[in-house]
Amino acid sequence: MSVKLNSRQVGDVSVVDVAGRITLGEGSSALRDLMREMVGKGQKKILLNLGEVSYIDSSGIGELVSGFTTVTNSGGQLKLLNLNKRVKDLLQITKLYTVFDVHEDEAGAIRSFA
Amino acid sequence: MRENRRHAPETVERYLDSTLESVDNAEELAVGAAQRAGFEEDDLMKIGMAVRESMVNAVVHGNRYSAHKKVRFSVAHSANRFTIRIADEGDGFDFTALPDPLAPENLMQTSGRGIFLIRSFMDEVDMRHRDPRGTEVTLIKYMVSK
Repeated sequence: MSVKLNSRQVGDVSVVDVAGRITLGEGSSALRDLMREMVGKGQKKILLNLGEVSYIDSSGIGELVSGFTTVTNSGGQLKLLNLNKRVKDLLQITKLYTVFDVHEDEAGAIRSFA
Repeated sequence: MRENRRHAPETVERYLDSTLESVDNAEELAVGAAQRAGFEEDDLMKIGMAVRESMVNAVVHGNRYSAHKKVRFSVAHSANRFTIRIADEGDGFDFTALPDPLAPENLMQTSGRGIFLIRSFMDEVDMRHRDPRGTEVTLIKYMVSK
């Protein structure tokens, strides 16, 4: 399975439920395209729910970083929710865990947006 | 490692097309062989990722998706080590001068983490230029008995 993306709005926060594999190719490019589209529409508060992400490679990590930079440079905030052990370990190994604002419950994540 | 599930040593060798599908295939082959060799979930994940990252390098950066170039992929499992070799037919690159993805100035780069992850997940990693062309990467995971 490649990646499945489902966007929903919770107040003024755009939540993207990501499921499947964020790997080089279809998976990573789909995530990149969606985030660019959201920023293009002026969405400033984006929460990526990675709870159903089964696999991520270095390209997928790159897209998270790219998304973070794009959203931040447009004056917005990108946060992460529900990291499983694999994703969390990868972000820690690559020293990106502290770059992102990571949450374990959606309500708390939503409240954390300025 | 589960001693009672360890299978006899095996060797797998394939010549793969320079496509992303081959990346998936190689990962699947490696993880399957590693599972039969008795590795547990955490090591299976690490082996799979290291193979994926190495195959992406071979397909994308080495062979540049060329239909005329193959990736030679092999997996060999012996009593004390699990060895994967991935060789492309590209122009080669200077793997001694790779930027450190953990350096503050590189942390927010969108690429450049593949080889770092490979080295993080495997016990030994060797890269060498092939004659007359290409790069061969050897990945080794020790078979540690419990």
